[in-house]
This record gives sequence, structure tokens and C-alpha cells, in this order.
Amino acid sequence: MCLGIPGEVVEVGVDRPDLAMVDVSGVKRAINIGLLDEGEVGPGDWVLIHVGFAMSKIDEAEAKAAMEFLEGIGQAYADEMAALLESRIE
Amino acid sequence: MRFVDEFRDAGTARALASRIAELCRSIPGEPGREYKFMEVCGGHTHTIYKHGLEDHLPDTVTLVHGPGCPVCVIPMGRVDDAIAIAEQPDVIMTTFSDMMRVPGSRGTFLESNAAGADIRMVYSPLDSLKIARQNPDKRVVFMGIGFETTAPSTAMTLLRAAREGIDNFAVFCNHVTIIPAIKAILDSPDLRLDGFVGPGHVSTVIGCRPYEFIPRDHGKPLVCSGFEPLDILQSVHMLLRQLAEGRCEVENQYSRVVPWDGNPRALRAIAETMQLRPYFEWRGLGFISHSALQLRDAYRAFDAELIFDVPGVRVADPKACQCGEVLKGVLKPWECKVFGTACTPETPIGTCMVSSEGACAAYYNFGRFSRERVRHATALPTPSIGRR
Repeated sequence: MCLGIPGEVVEVGVDRPDLAMVDVSGVKRAINIGLLDEGEVGPGDWVLIHVGFAMSKIDEAEAKAAMEFLEGIGQAYADEMAALLESRIE
Repeated sequence: MRFVDEFRDAGTARALASRIAELCRSIPGEPGREYKFMEVCGGHTHTIYKHGLEDHLPDTVTLVHGPGCPVCVIPMGRVDDAIAIAEQPDVIMTTFSDMMRVPGSRGTFLESNAAGADIRMVYSPLDSLKIARQNPDKRVVFMGIGFETTAPSTAMTLLRAAREGIDNFAVFCNHVTIIPAIKAILDSPDLRLDGFVGPGHVSTVIGCRPYEFIPRDHGKPLVCSGFEPLDILQSVHMLLRQLAEGRCEVENQYSRVVPWDGNPRALRAIAETMQLRPYFEWRGLGFISHSALQLRDAYRAFDAELIFDVPGVRVADPKACQCGEVLKGVLKPWECKVFGTACTPETPIGTCMVSSEGACAAYYNFGRFSRERVRHATALPTPSIGRR
């Protein structure tokens, strides 16, 4: 219940602006977007879905920043490992 | 899946874990000191066990599971009330699947269903409203459970029912609020914590500001966290970095989803349809004032507690059940006397063994590594982080 699912907005309803069609892992479903501001999301945007409602628009820039931090840590570790493997302390 | 798989990379997890171990050693004060962080949300508990995160963390970092599993905190008396409503004539009771196996003093929804009551699982309260529309000669009740994460969806459904005049729809409201539960934990004398991994999806609704009293008044940091393994490891890293740098504040690891000010529309929908109850009973935590929601007077016509005869009797937990201690983080799941013997996901005695977000069920299904670690207190090979 607490676990939301990310989905990509495919289409926003014309007569029903509170409804959107989203793609979740290749499956298309209608969800309610009435908890987001009108016009906040359109096709190509990602939203976090909870019990049939989009709770939040996923901020791509923030996601990218988080990934960069994580990849940075991963890289530092890879560098450290490579350095360790190369070292020959006697 | 985007925004999921990239936050599960095993190599990055190992790198983060070694950073966490380094940070622990660098914190001024007592070397070798143990740090305890509570993850408040049941979704986090699920991730921690599913991906064996505890085995990636150094022995000096312990994650304590908190009261944030909405199914787990529902007391037996409320389950009895729900079943009493479901058993009344011409009623269709609807709820999330997690509730179906939660035991009340007279059995579960599943057993009541088998005995002839019409109880249906729904994915969304909107599904419940649809059932009401399709069955005008029945009274359709939605048992609303959950923290601020699910309360807005119940609120939006109520607003719609009122707008469309669907008068055979009602809500049995069991929505609870997170801040009073955290306060109860902070006031609990038997738990020493160094900080909180803050709930992610509750915070999409309430934002990060409501937690500011925790560093200010209690001197403990909180980091709002996402639900993937790397999110949780990064949150632990952020908590330790605060301790290392002598800071104590609210930070937001999950900024891709959680806006600092929350979701004003969702808060408005809740405020329009619901108000705080004077008090509410929580399993394990007892009665907590202003900790749950009930429907506003303007929505009385939709309030199942007013429409139906509800027993409202307080029922004590079975003697053997130690869900209370598990929910407060005082006991680890396997330390409960009936864990895995009398109490299993198939035949649960307590709620923590029912929901996938419950600490006992999560541990029972995924937790073998940590238990081995505790038993033998020896280093085990690091298990790889699983993929769904």
C-alpha cells in the first residue's frame, strides 16, 4: 500500500482532465490525476501512482542528481578497488 | 522499470555500504559506538528485508522497524467492527487486499466472506465507488486504512460520491496520521534512537516541514527516504554524515518524488472531508490523542460508523502476540515467542505477520540473512542485492 509505482503518462483525458492513461511496465491503465495541479503533467512525464491516484510528479532533474551522486560513489569504489588490485605492497 | 532499477545497482550498494562503514569510524566521540536508526515506514521495512540491506551495513548500524505499517496498527476491535458492518444485510464491504487476513477476535474478513458476507478486495477506493454505482440496491462500504498516503484517495472518492449523489456508498474510516505515532515513539522510555529514516510517500502529501520538531525538540536527525535499496542506504549515509558533521536537521533524500511542502491539493481534500478524532487506539501504542481521522459532519451521510450499528468494543491482543513490542521497535520479529511457529503468514496471530509491509511478514519471507548474522555473530559473505 505504501509502495507506489512509477508510470509514464501517455495521454491526459480531454473531457475528463482528472483522468490520464499511464504506461506501467508496458501495461496501460487509467488513473486519476486530480491530486496534481491542472496541466502539471502531460505525455512523457512520470508520476508516482498510489491506489489509482497520481500522488506526485517525478522530478527528472532531482532523480538525475541523485543518480549522479550514487554513480559517483560507485565510481570512487571502483577506482579504489582498481588501485587496490594494482598495488603490490611488500 | 525507470526510477526503480537504477536505484538497485548492487555495485553501488556495496560502495555506499563501505562509505557508511567509513563514516561510522569517523564520527567523533566513542569509537565502535552503535548507531540505531528507525525506519518509520513499513514500505522501508519491506525493502530492507527483501534486499537483505542489514547485511550490507556495518555491525555498528542497526535499523529498527517502526509503527508505519497501516494494517499492523489497526487494533482487533476495529476489525471486529468492520466484520460486524460486513455481516449486515445488503452490505458489500470493500477494502485493500492487505486487510483480508487480519485477525479480529471473531476471525478474519476471509473467514467472514466464506461464511456468506460479501467482502471484496479493491485496488482503489474509486473501484469501491464504481461497485456502489453498479449496485444501487446494496450499501457499499469502503474500509479506509492507511496514513496520509492513502487518506487523500479516500477523500477524493468521498468528494466525488457527494458530487455525483451516490448515496449507497459509505466509508469506514481508519486513516491514521504519522506525526503523533512518531511522538509516541519519541516519548517511549525503552528505546534509544540516533535518528529516523523518514517515510517517503507520506511525505509526498505532508511534505518535510512537519518533522522539524524532531531535530529541534528531540535532537535527532530525520531523512525522508525513497523505497529502493540505494535510497535507504543513501539515507543512512546522510544521517551518519549529519552526526559526523555535528548537524541535526530534516533532509530530503527522496527529492525526486517528495516536494518540501508536500501536496497542497491532497491536504485540502483531506481537510475538506475529514477531521482529527479526539483519540484512536493503535495496536501496540495504545490510545493516542488526535492521531486518526474521521469524516466531517458535512459527510455524515457517508460515515459507516453512524449509518451502521458498530460494536466499538476494545479487544485486547492475544496473550502470545508481541506485535506491540515489534511495532515500537523494542523487539525484532524473530524475538517474538510465536514468530514462525504458531504465527506464520498463512495463520497469523498478529497483524505484523499479515501485511507485506509488516516487519514479521517481511522478515519471515526474506529475512534469513540477518537472523544468521545474529545467531552466529560472524561475518557472512555479502549477499547480492536481488532484482524483482
